[in-house]
Amino acid sequence: MTSRLKISVVIAAIAALAIAVPFTSSFVILLATRALAFSILVMSLDILLGFTGLASLGQAAYLGVGAYMTAILATKYQFGLGYDFWLVVLLGILFGAALAALFGLLAIRATGVYFLMITLALGQCVWGLAYRWNSLTGGDNGINLGVRPKFGIDLSDQVTFFYLVLALFALSLFAMYVLVRSPFGRSLAGIRERELRMKILGYNTWLHKYIAFIIAGAFGGLSGVLWAHTAGIVSPDNVVLTTSVDALLMAVLGGAGTLVGGVIGAFIVIALREYLSTLVPWWQYVLGAVYVLTIFYLPSGLMGLPERIRRRGGALGNGNSGEKLSAAPS
Amino acid sequence: MTHALLRTVGPMLLGGGLALATGATAGAEELRIGFLAPTTGIFAAVGKDMVDGFQMYLDEVKSNFAGAQVKFIVEDEQGKPDVAVTKAKKLILQDKVHMIVGGLLASTGYALAPVSTSEKTLYISPVAAADDLTQRQLDKFPFFIRTGWTSSQPSHPFGQWACDQGYKKIVTIGADYAFGYEVVGGFQKAFEDCGGKVIQKIWPPIGTKDFGPYIPTIKQDADAIFTLMVGPMSLQFPKQLAAAGNTKPVIGGGTSYDEFVLPSMGDEVIGHVSPLMYSAALDTPKNVAFVKAYRTKFNKVPSYYSETDYTTAEWIDEVMKKTGGKWPGAEEFIKLMQGMKLDTVRGPVSLDEMRNPVQNIYIKKVEKKKMFGYDKEELWNTVIKTYPNVGQFWTYDKAAFLKQPVYSRDFPPCKFCE
Repeated sequence: MTSRLKISVVIAAIAALAIAVPFTSSFVILLATRALAFSILVMSLDILLGFTGLASLGQAAYLGVGAYMTAILATKYQFGLGYDFWLVVLLGILFGAALAALFGLLAIRATGVYFLMITLALGQCVWGLAYRWNSLTGGDNGINLGVRPKFGIDLSDQVTFFYLVLALFALSLFAMYVLVRSPFGRSLAGIRERELRMKILGYNTWLHKYIAFIIAGAFGGLSGVLWAHTAGIVSPDNVVLTTSVDALLMAVLGGAGTLVGGVIGAFIVIALREYLSTLVPWWQYVLGAVYVLTIFYLPSGLMGLPERIRRRGGALGNGNSGEKLSAAPS
Repeated sequence: MTHALLRTVGPMLLGGGLALATGATAGAEELRIGFLAPTTGIFAAVGKDMVDGFQMYLDEVKSNFAGAQVKFIVEDEQGKPDVAVTKAKKLILQDKVHMIVGGLLASTGYALAPVSTSEKTLYISPVAAADDLTQRQLDKFPFFIRTGWTSSQPSHPFGQWACDQGYKKIVTIGADYAFGYEVVGGFQKAFEDCGGKVIQKIWPPIGTKDFGPYIPTIKQDADAIFTLMVGPMSLQFPKQLAAAGNTKPVIGGGTSYDEFVLPSMGDEVIGHVSPLMYSAALDTPKNVAFVKAYRTKFNKVPSYYSETDYTTAEWIDEVMKKTGGKWPGAEEFIKLMQGMKLDTVRGPVSLDEMRNPVQNIYIKKVEKKKMFGYDKEELWNTVIKTYPNVGQFWTYDKAAFLKQPVYSRDFPPCKFCE
């Protein structure tokens, strides 16, 4: 499949979302908004996991920083409820990046399972702060945001807010796509495949990884700003380990190293967990089965499905395209 | 074959979510109650008690509230505040429920109350006990009613009771989160106001499995130990305390010994004392009938989670009886509910002007004995003293009480700690 075709599929999917979702029930609109806001976090994780080969277990920290910042500014200073919402978006990105810049100094020297553990520890530090810094974060009770911003358009209207999140999601996807296709993104893939060779070729692999880490943090912060206004509440639950694990599982489920795979993963998990659970009590079995089946039969995630089908068909004769599954974004 | 299976099953799963998107149908004489409880996850057992309690009342009246047919829709809030918000919105927007009932954790209560405000839908909280929902933040939540308790409500009379026992110095050890602060804080305030001294406050993190590091630090000159445990902590702490050779009296917050944990406890908790607005060992005809019916149906002793949801259902029914089965609208419903005095399983209840129950607080001692004609010796929370009609402000002046900050890790300050 040519990349042009893939891009048109993605654009068509986003357009379909934009057209179809407002006609569904308001509960579905809410879930779609949640899935889109969380997708940005999953994609940011995919930059590390799929494109740089760094599995992070602390990505929720950046969502948390963005979300708490939004909530604190909104409730304590009434800031970010008008046009200054865009300033909050910018601040969210900056805060996420700044935190990642700090954590990266500690985390980037580690690789593999050590990287996993150190990001886990750093993520839990943020959780600990959220949980214990009662005067700032409200502790266990979290912070209620009250109203959504209003600036010409009223974001408390569900559909309007959905479009805003969709637009920022599309922008993020585009930005990350450009990033991973850039020479910088290619060097990240090189580091993922074989770091030593990249070093010998003269690349500063530490710096590359560090920058990727910061960029991922920045998008995490953005997703936090949107998440805060989507949920209307920010609590330590958003920063806790399981949120990071959710993001990781979503990325793996959809297919790491594909960006949109994470989005598909996020939509599936949120649909099962928050929609299917309103219909049947055994939704957890379905979720478990999806995870297990994917890992057994689609190690490259759901994004590997078309490739898999094509290879089984076999007759088309483009056999070698299946070999570099993970390298091609979207 | 497996691939074929996946190809068939995968799209089915994806499609299933959308295909089943059918809304609820609204009948004329229908009362739709959206119920939120954690039915999966680590709090699933508590969630089941909550649902069972409410369901039991519905079964007793055949889901008929004064002519209105009750449609009881349970949603899984998974013990997560933001999932609770999503599910509440589903219940309100899609199922068009008349009211939301439920929410387990204090944080879930805090998350749901603003939804009730923005969606102008009645929200009744039978369990979530965060003090400020009916205290300093009440003005923000005009559609909120509590049928359970505030965390510090049983603690206030219990502080007085501790003074009456002649305890002078007490060490507290409580789970390190908002609910713990409020239970311990209320106790400390009342206990120190009648001359007692809290000489040490220990805060193990919630979910602590090993109290080994904490128990040896308990000051030896204390007259008693006040504990506030939740969930598995409640089981672990008394075991380790007894193993460490403790001889001091142990008293604690309601959740340290309520009937949700009591049947799983060992004999080491015999003699421990705790306050709550309900005890399964309450010897009133209404409660005996309730315990027996509940036990026959679910094969366990009802916990306060079951009782408070049962009572909530009864309360809603009583309001509907006043309106003749017509939904009066949220504001009118609240007014009717506030003007009511009910004789319930837990005793007489009514709402104060800040929409929190005024009710008996029972001081209960764990005893091993036979009760209600059951032929086995079991642990029961025997009521040893009743403080009648206790409100959330106890004997304090309401205005002065509301001026002080909400109980926290630092309030009341530990004046007598070294």
